[in-house]
Amino acid sequence: MAIEVRIPTILRTYTGGAKTVEGAGDTIADLLSDLDSRHSGIKARLLTPEGGLHRFVNVYVNDEDVRFLGALDAKLNDGDSVTILPAVAGGAFAFAAAHALRG
Amino acid sequence: MLTIDAAILDAIVAHARRDHPDEACGIVAGPAGSDSPTRHVPMANAARSMTFYEFDSVEQLRLWREMDDADEEPVIVYHSHTATEAYPSRTDVSFAGEPNAHYLLVSTRDPERTEIRSFRIVDGAVTEEPVQVVNAVVDSHAVQSYLFGQSPTTVDYECRAGS
Repeated sequence: MAIEVRIPTILRTYTGGAKTVEGAGDTIADLLSDLDSRHSGIKARLLTPEGGLHRFVNVYVNDEDVRFLGALDAKLNDGDSVTILPAVAGGAFAFAAAHALRG
Repeated sequence: MLTIDAAILDAIVAHARRDHPDEACGIVAGPAGSDSPTRHVPMANAARSMTFYEFDSVEQLRLWREMDDADEEPVIVYHSHTATEAYPSRTDVSFAGEPNAHYLLVSTRDPERTEIRSFRIVDGAVTEEPVQVVNAVVDSHAVQSYLFGQSPTTVDYECRAGS
């Protein structure tokens, strides 16, 4: 089952510079594990140590944010397009959770 | 160095002033690889906060797709600090996800003088850079002034020693 995955600039060090890679999986969680098997380390940049999706990473299936589709349990179908974007966020108020994003 | 058109900079400052005391945010897109910011896109601060900003995730996807289709990239990612200096906070550094972008910070803490500073943020390292404003028109009715922070090696003094 082929899923096209669009990789943001900041994570292209894991994909040899590729903007788009192919992956497989029935859910986002499966897809990330599949990607990590070929692009080692990428999964750790997207998940918290507890195994949830980082609040400040956006993952979309086609046009929808996976947070509205069951997060890591979001179902995938052949031909879906998954986009990963670092959320654009910040601000004057510093808090510890912010540092989790950086690998 | 960030080179920016005066009209775009004015629009960014106007956006920051309009949203004060909440933080304002947005981007200036430009042709990929050009390092030239040409298209100002103010974004809504989905956090609607005085100390935090965040793009709405679906709006962001739409904009990033649009840039991709037009062979553009976010040349500038900007936001305002409304009570503190125009310097990246630890939060800003942690979240900086566009290594090729100029991170422009605007401080609106002083109602009359706007601080504007630009940074590169790569792998957690912050490097300040000078800001060059082009196409500025002298406005005798200007009611506010801009204060540019620059790194010490690039300060361009108008009055040189001995002159």
